[in-house]
Amino acid sequence: MLYNQPNPLEVKVLSRRFTLPNSQSIETYLANDGYKALEKALGMTQDQIIDEVKASGLRGRGGAGFPTGLKWSFVPRQSPKPKYIVVNADESEPGTCKDRLLIEYDPHQLIEGVIIAGQAVGAEQGYIYIRGEYRYLIDVMDRAIDEAYARGVLGDNVMGSGRKFHLASHSGAGAYECGEESALLESFEGKRGNPRIRPPFPAVAGCYQSPTILNNVETFCAVPAIFLNGGAYFAGLGSPKNGGTRLFCLSGHVNKPGVYELPMGFNLMRMINEVGGGVRGGKKLKAVIPGGSSCPVLKADECDIAMDYDSVAAAKSMLGSGGVVVMDEDTCMVNAALRIMKFYAHESCGWCIPCREGTTWLKKLLTRFHEGMGQRSDIVLIGDLSKNMLGRTFCPLGDAAAMPTIAFVEKFKDEFEAHLDGKPCPYEKSNRMVAA
Amino acid sequence: MTFSPELEARFEKFLAKYPADRKRSAVIPMLIYGQDEVGAITDELINEVAKRTGATPLQVTEVVGFYSMLHRKPQGKYHVQVCTNISCLLVGGAELWEQACKKTGLGHKETSKDGLISLEEVECMGACSWAPAVQVNYDFYHDVTPEQLDKLIDGLAAGKKPEQIAEVTKVSC
Amino acid sequence: MADLVKFTIDGREIEAAAGTLVIEAAKKNGIEIPSFCYYEGLSLQAACRMCLVEVEKMPKMQVACTLPVGAGMVVRTDTEQVRKARKTTLEFLLVNHPLDCPVCDKGGECELQDMVFKYGAGESRFTETKMHVDEQQWSPVVFYDGPRCILCFRCVRACEEGMGVAALGVVNRGAQSLIAPNHGDHLECDECGQCIDICPVGALTSGAYRYQTRPWEMEHVGTICTHCSDGCKTTLGVRGDEIMRGNNRDRSGVNGEFLCAKGRYAYDFYNHAERIQSPMVRVGGKLEPVSWSKALELVARKFGEIRSRSGEIGVIGSSHTTNEENYYLQKFARQGLNTNNIDHHRTGDVVTLVDALSGTTGQLATTQDLYEKKAFLVIGADLALEHPFLSYQIRASFRHHAAHVYTVTAEKVREDDYAVRSVRKAAGTELEALEDLRAALAAEPELVILFGDAVKGDGVRKLVEFGQSLGTAVKYCALVDYANSRGAIDMGLVPELLPGYQASGKSGLSVKEMLASQTLEALWVVGANPLKSGPLASKKTFVVVQDMFLTETAQRADVVLPAASAYEKSGTVTNVCGEVQRLTRAVTAVGAKTDLEIIGLIAKEMSLAATVGPWSSETVYNEIRKTVKGYNIPLAMLAVQAQQTAPVNGRVAVESRPDLIHSAHDGLFTSGTLGRYSKILNSVMESRKETVTA
Repeated sequence: MLYNQPNPLEVKVLSRRFTLPNSQSIETYLANDGYKALEKALGMTQDQIIDEVKASGLRGRGGAGFPTGLKWSFVPRQSPKPKYIVVNADESEPGTCKDRLLIEYDPHQLIEGVIIAGQAVGAEQGYIYIRGEYRYLIDVMDRAIDEAYARGVLGDNVMGSGRKFHLASHSGAGAYECGEESALLESFEGKRGNPRIRPPFPAVAGCYQSPTILNNVETFCAVPAIFLNGGAYFAGLGSPKNGGTRLFCLSGHVNKPGVYELPMGFNLMRMINEVGGGVRGGKKLKAVIPGGSSCPVLKADECDIAMDYDSVAAAKSMLGSGGVVVMDEDTCMVNAALRIMKFYAHESCGWCIPCREGTTWLKKLLTRFHEGMGQRSDIVLIGDLSKNMLGRTFCPLGDAAAMPTIAFVEKFKDEFEAHLDGKPCPYEKSNRMVAA
Repeated sequence: MTFSPELEARFEKFLAKYPADRKRSAVIPMLIYGQDEVGAITDELINEVAKRTGATPLQVTEVVGFYSMLHRKPQGKYHVQVCTNISCLLVGGAELWEQACKKTGLGHKETSKDGLISLEEVECMGACSWAPAVQVNYDFYHDVTPEQLDKLIDGLAAGKKPEQIAEVTKVSC
Repeated sequence: MADLVKFTIDGREIEAAAGTLVIEAAKKNGIEIPSFCYYEGLSLQAACRMCLVEVEKMPKMQVACTLPVGAGMVVRTDTEQVRKARKTTLEFLLVNHPLDCPVCDKGGECELQDMVFKYGAGESRFTETKMHVDEQQWSPVVFYDGPRCILCFRCVRACEEGMGVAALGVVNRGAQSLIAPNHGDHLECDECGQCIDICPVGALTSGAYRYQTRPWEMEHVGTICTHCSDGCKTTLGVRGDEIMRGNNRDRSGVNGEFLCAKGRYAYDFYNHAERIQSPMVRVGGKLEPVSWSKALELVARKFGEIRSRSGEIGVIGSSHTTNEENYYLQKFARQGLNTNNIDHHRTGDVVTLVDALSGTTGQLATTQDLYEKKAFLVIGADLALEHPFLSYQIRASFRHHAAHVYTVTAEKVREDDYAVRSVRKAAGTELEALEDLRAALAAEPELVILFGDAVKGDGVRKLVEFGQSLGTAVKYCALVDYANSRGAIDMGLVPELLPGYQASGKSGLSVKEMLASQTLEALWVVGANPLKSGPLASKKTFVVVQDMFLTETAQRADVVLPAASAYEKSGTVTNVCGEVQRLTRAVTAVGAKTDLEIIGLIAKEMSLAATVGPWSSETVYNEIRKTVKGYNIPLAMLAVQAQQTAPVNGRVAVESRPDLIHSAHDGLFTSGTLGRYSKILNSVMESRKETVTA
C-alpha cells in the first residue's frame, strides 16, 4: 500500500512498479522488465553505456544536479586500484522522502542501476550507504540483494556475462553531513563524517581512495529506464537539459501531501494545486521551499516556474533534492528560518570555523529574535552572518544553512520587523518553539 | 565481550562485506547494531568493535560522538523520536513533541525511571510527505495526531508491544 | 627538479615549483597569508578558512593552503573581500572563545591574539551566551581547556603524523566538538608535549608551566637538552634566574618540530632540593661542608702527593659534560697527573665504526639525513624510546618521502608500524638477519644504517662490510646514550685514544679496572656514577667526585665538589650523529661551579695552570679546534646551527675495547641519571604506573 494516493498527472517511470503486488520481490521485478536493461548494458562497451547516460540528460538527483553521464566519464579507465560504485541512500535533506520509497517498493531497480554503473566503469563492487534511521530498508535491501545473488544477477558471473559484481548494504548512524559525498565516503570507511578536501573528487579517489561512482538512489534508479527505452526517450520526458522525471516530495500545507513522480519542468503552481490539491484549508499560499531545506524560499508570486534545475536556478533557488515544502499564509517565517538553522547547527560537522560557529551563532540569534528579544540591528546581522558563511565554508553545508536564511530575511523582512519590540509573534498557531 | 549468536552472525557478515584491509568500514554498522543489543555504546562495546575492526578505541570513540543515533547513555526499551523539522513543524510536529513531553513527563534525551520509554526530538527522518512523523525505535508512524501519540504511549506504558496498539499503525515493514 | 611555474601574487610575478601550495609560495616571497590549521609538514585540513584568497577566473575565494600554484594564476591576498573574510572568520572564532587572555598562559604569544590584532575587528557583534565546558587534566603535564580550543587539529596531527602515537582525537560534532585523549579521561602517550607547543591558543597547556608567569617576563634561552644523545634544542624560559619552562619555542634546532618529555619538562633537576651546594670533605667518616678553598687545597695536596710518588690515579669522565670539560680533563689527567687511566662509560662503538669507514668520507649520518634519505635499517634499538628524535626524523621521512624502513630488533618497535620489513632477532644475533635483507637493501637508492650497542667490535666491521658491499650509498650511525657520549670519545676520554682518535700509545685502566684495582690510590670522578652498580674494590682509595647530586659514587667520596648543570654553563656538546652544538647558560649555579672551572682550580692549586691552560670554555674550544680534527668550526657558526664533525678519516691505530660498551637503554620513561631528579618527569612516570596497574 502506498503512503499516499497516486495522481493522474504523474508520469510513472521510476515508480511504475510501486503499486504492483510484492513489488519488492525479484519475481515481480523480472516479470516487469526487470534486469532487461542490464542485459542490454552487458552487451555494450563502457563508452556506449556512458554515452547513453549522457544522452538521457540525467542529472544527479541528490541535489547538485550534476550531469550523471559526465560524472561517470571522470572515472579513469585504467586504474591499478579496484573501482567502486557507492549509492548515497543517506536521504536526510529536510523535506525529502523519496529514496525511502524507491528502496521500499522497488529495490531491484536500484540494484540494476548500480550494476549498470559498474559496467560503465569496470567496477566489481558496490555499496549502498543507507541512513541509520531507515533500518527497515536495510532489511529490504538485504533481501533483494540475496535474491539477486540467488538468481545470478549479482556475483562472480553477472547474468552469465562472466563479469563480477558484488553489492552490499551499509548502515549509517545519523548524520546529515554524510549526505555530502566525500563525508559519506569517510563515514563509510568507519570514520567521522567529515568531508574531504576536493579535488580529488570521488571519481578519481573515492571509496578507499579508489575511483568511485557515487550517486543518489534516485539517480541510479533512473538508469534502468534509460537503457530499457533509450537515453533519448528519457531525455524527452523532461525539459531541455533536464532529462526524465523526478520524484517530488510535497509536504507542508497542501491538501494532498505525498511523493509524486512528475516530468522535469512541471510547473510548481500546478504541482501545488493540481497534484497537491491546493493549499490546505483554502488558505493563501505564502511561500514554497522548492527542493529541501537548503534551497532559498520562493515567495508565492515567484512560484509560477518550471521545476527543473535551470528554471529554479533562474529564480535564484535550487531544485535540490525534490523536497517541495509548501507554507500557507499563517506560517511564521522567522520560526521557519529558526527551525532550519537549528537543524544546520545540529548537523554541522564542526570541521570548519564559519559553518561551525556561524550556524550556532545564528541559531542563538534567531531563537532570541523569535522570542521577541530581537533588535533592529539583528535583522542586518542575520543576513550579514549568513553572507559571511556563504562560499567560505569547507563543504556545501555552510551554504545550505546560509542560502535559505538570506532568502528568509530578505524576502520576509517585514515579518522579522513584526517580531521587534517585544511584540508577540503574529502567527500564533505556528509560534511554537521546541526545546533543543 | 559476548553477544547473542544472531548479533555475532551479523557482525561476521558485516566484516565480510569489506576488503580484508578495510575492516574499519564495519565500525559504524557494528556500533549501531551492537547498541541495539547492549542498550548503549559502552566502553566495552567500543573496545570490542575496535578490536574486531583493527581501529583504535580512540578512533571508535571519535566516531561515536559524531553520529546522533549512537548513544553513550542507555535509552528506553522504546525510544520515541518525534520529528520537529520543517515539514513536520508546519503540520503540528512541535505540538506533537510538546504532547510527548507532557504525556511522559520526560524531556529531550531523557529516559523513564523504569527504563521503558525515552524521548528524543529528532531531525528530519524522511517522512515529510506523511507528517508529522514519529519513530519508535526503528519503526515509522505517519500522520500522527496528539491523540494517537497518547494512545501509543499509554499502550507502551501498559506493557503492550507497539503492534498490539490498535489505534496507531506502524507503516514500515 | 619539478618544473617552475610563473604566477602572480598581489601584482608580483613569482616562480615556484609546480605543485607548491599558494600559501607556501607566498610565504617564501614574504607575503603572509594567515592560517591556523595549515602547518608545514602536517596533512592539509582547509578547516580554518583564514587563508582565503582571491584567484582570478575563480568565482569563489580559494583556500591558499590546498591550492597548488598554476601557470598564469593571478592571486590577490589583500583585497577588500579577502580582508573582510579574515575579519569575519575571526569574528566567528571568537564566538565561543573565552576572552580570558589576562590569565591565559598563551597570552602574549597567542596566534589568535596576534591574528585578531592584525586582521580582526575591534569590536564583537556577538551578544549571545558562550558555550562552556570544564577544563580537563589529561596527564600531569597536559591540560585541555575546551572553550579556548579553535579546532585547528594541529595537535591531533602532530601526535598521529609526527609522533606516530595518535593519542588525540576529536569527539562530538559541530560546535560541541572537542579534542579528546586516547584513554577516556586521560592520555597514554609519550608525553612529549608537542601538542602544547603546536597549539596556537591556550587550549593545551603544560602542567609544569601553567599559571606560573607571563611569557614576556621571561628571557628565552636556547640551549641543548642534556638527557639523551640526540641533541635537541630546548628553549628555557628564565625569569629571575629561575627556569620556568622548557619548550620548542622557535624550532630552530636540529630537532625542528620535535621535543620530547625530557627536553620539555625535565629541566627541573637543576633546582632539586638534593642539589649539592657546597663542597664537602669526609671528616670522621662523614661528609661535612667546607669552603671551596679547603676542599680544593685537600684535593690538590692528595693528588700532588700521589703524583709525586707515581702512585696509581684513576680519572673517570662524563658523557654529560661539555667537550671543553672532557678535553680539559683528559689533558689534565695525561699531562698534569701523568696518568693514562682515563675512561668513561662507553655506550656505543663509534671507534670501530670510524675505523671501519677509514678511507671514506661522508658516511656518518647526520640528523638531517634521517629525514632526507629514502631507506633506513634500524638494528637492535627501540628508537622511539631511546632516541625519540631520530625516530621522529625517520617517521617524517616515511611520511614526506615514502622512505622504506627495515627493522631488526628483539622486540616490536614503533618503526614496525610502517616498516617494509621487520625482523625479530634476539639481542646480539641481529646481524644474522642481514643476508635475508640484502636484495631489498641493495635495491634502495640510498640507505642509513643505525645500530645499537648489540653491534660492536667485529660486529661493526661485519656490518660495515655488508653495507659497503650493497652497492648503494650507505651512511651509518652508531647509537650512543648520553648528551655528550660522542664528544667524550672524540675528546679522548679513553686510555687508548687521545682527542681525535689518535693512539695514545700508552696503556691505562678502564673504568672497570679502576673500580677493581686494589692499588688505586686516588679516583677522580667527574660527572659520572660508576659506583651505582657496585662498590669500589679498594677501601683506601681517595675519591674525589664532582657532581650535582650525592650519587652512590659521591656518597663514597672523600671530597665532593658541587658541579654546575648543563643549564648553568656554556660550552659545546656533540650528539649521536657527531653534530657539535652550543650550550648556552640559562641560570646561575648556586654554590656549584662548572666542571671546567673546578678542574682549572685544582690545576691552579697544584701549580699546573700553565700545563692545562685557562679554564675559559672559549679558550679550550679554540684549542680543540686546533688539535681535534673535524672540530675546526668557529663558535660563531655553532651559534647559528649545529655542525657535523668527522674527527678522523683514517685507521684508528689501536683496538678500542668493544667489551666495555654497554648501553643503559634508558627510555622515555626509564630514569637516566638526571631524570631521577626531575620532579615533573617522575610525576609523569608515576601517573603512567598508576594507569598501567589500574
